[in-house]
Amino acid sequence: MSTTTDTPVAPPPAPSESTSTGRVGDKVFSGLSRGAGILLLVIMAAIAVFLTVRAINAISENEGNFFTTFEWNANATPPSFGIAVLVFGTIVSSVIAMVIAVPVAVGIALFITHYAPRKLSGPIAYVIDLLAAVPSIVYGLWGALFLVPHLTGFYSWLNDYFGWTGFLEYQGGAPRSLMTVGILLAVMILPIITNVSREVFAQAPKMQEEAALALGATRWEVIRMAVIPFGRSGVISASMLGLGRALGETMAVATVLSPSAVLSAKILDPGGGTFAQNIASAFKEAGSFGRDALIASGLVLFVITLIVNGAARLIIARRKEYSGANA
Amino acid sequence: MAKRIDIGSLSAYYGKFKAIEDISMTVEPKSVTAFIGPSGCGKSTFLRTLNRMHEVAAGAHVEGKVMLDDEDLYAPGVDPVAVRRTVGMVFQRPNPFPTMSIYDNVAAGLKLNGRYKKSELDAVVEKSLKGANLWNEVKDRLNRPGSGLSGGQQQRLCIARAIAVEPQVLLMDEPCSALDPISTIAIEDLIGELKKKYTIVIVTHNMQQAARVSDRTAFFNLAAVGQPGKLIEIDDTERIFSNPSVQATEDYVSGRFG
Repeated sequence: MSTTTDTPVAPPPAPSESTSTGRVGDKVFSGLSRGAGILLLVIMAAIAVFLTVRAINAISENEGNFFTTFEWNANATPPSFGIAVLVFGTIVSSVIAMVIAVPVAVGIALFITHYAPRKLSGPIAYVIDLLAAVPSIVYGLWGALFLVPHLTGFYSWLNDYFGWTGFLEYQGGAPRSLMTVGILLAVMILPIITNVSREVFAQAPKMQEEAALALGATRWEVIRMAVIPFGRSGVISASMLGLGRALGETMAVATVLSPSAVLSAKILDPGGGTFAQNIASAFKEAGSFGRDALIASGLVLFVITLIVNGAARLIIARRKEYSGANA
Repeated sequence: MAKRIDIGSLSAYYGKFKAIEDISMTVEPKSVTAFIGPSGCGKSTFLRTLNRMHEVAAGAHVEGKVMLDDEDLYAPGVDPVAVRRTVGMVFQRPNPFPTMSIYDNVAAGLKLNGRYKKSELDAVVEKSLKGANLWNEVKDRLNRPGSGLSGGQQQRLCIARAIAVEPQVLLMDEPCSALDPISTIAIEDLIGELKKKYTIVIVTHNMQQAARVSDRTAFFNLAAVGQPGKLIEIDDTERIFSNPSVQATEDYVSGRFG
């Protein structure tokens, strides 16, 4: 509307030109931003093509079944490698991390936004931000030097009381296991989930909170009626961001885990592997074919991430008309 | 069901700022009392002291007494949550819970108070929606989100939600200021019916509305910006609009200021 009222005689501009008034600055900026957009697509396409070509090259030479083989012997002749252990280890460690981190993060976010006195919420948020700034290798060292020796007692306790479940059996020894990796990943993804959730909860509309209060809701009931439903899709998005980091985390996992080509449900015992950890560990000794094989595994990780994101979007979209967005 | 409210020398503060000073009045049961006055005179603040919503704001506190029949709402040991369950409130902008269906919105207050059988809930939801003159419009879509209704319907949904818990008193903070004239008439008719059962207090900027719906009218004013608001007078609505005892009231209702 504003463009037509400014220049009533000119015909309405084409939609793609509607933001440009024809001045030099506008043209330069629109060219720059369009160029950046196109460049991004080109880079993405180039990466996808590169990964796919190298992956196909490796898989076509593979003697073992890519999806069911446990061992990773890409440098052997004939090469035989598979991702079964990696898929299992990646998913299990990430799920453990999510199960621990999401409730804690949501709790911290609610505490900061709705419970803590203002003097306290600032410093807490700052400390959480600091956690996000720690490099992952530092987490890895902390995990290997502190977490691993200190978890033996806890794992023995789990074994005593929950060993009968099978997957919480623990034989003793240094627990460089998927469980330890999961706990470490939980600490690493905590800040990002907390921060995004906190921002969403802080935006929960005052109107609805007052509506709940006026009905005689306690503070927790206000949160349950007006804050959590409003923030649900935001928490899901935040969790997906965290899950993305957990799935792809490399150095910390490689430092803590003692990898093996064993697919075992006993998550407290050492062994297993993840995609990113396997790539980091095997990359140095890999020849050009071995690298192609690793790229193939990386492509699978990429696909898993895509599926997880798609699922999250579906969950969010399904409840769209009930979301706070159309309040 | 309806109770009398006796307010004794009540002052309300935001931090150190005194928003209203030394207000005393009686609100009769089963009647409509309207609060009028210029913006910033503290009438909404005063309304919010009547169900202890005022103290939700940071640093806000109250001095004085609010008696609901013979129970002091500000006595030590009184739980503000319990107070709000007996004194319901309807807000300026319709605020149904956007994540809940129409049914769940009406049942929200009941679910807070305890466990009910599905059949009991069904009955209360139907009764409340009928009480809010909304039943015929929504009975076929109780499971649709409340945010899909028009503004006037949403406000009536909020009234249904408030009366579902059978409060003693219903406070309304400019309930029609965000609505079109037709929806406004619908709400005003509803207020006329609700006063048979409830004690109703309504804040309004619309003096015709106060004249149409209320039995008693209280006029608030403030000496200057930054000064606390005060109650100038409260009387039968007819008297306030025809022959008030204070000159400032007459100036205000006849449109000479404010």
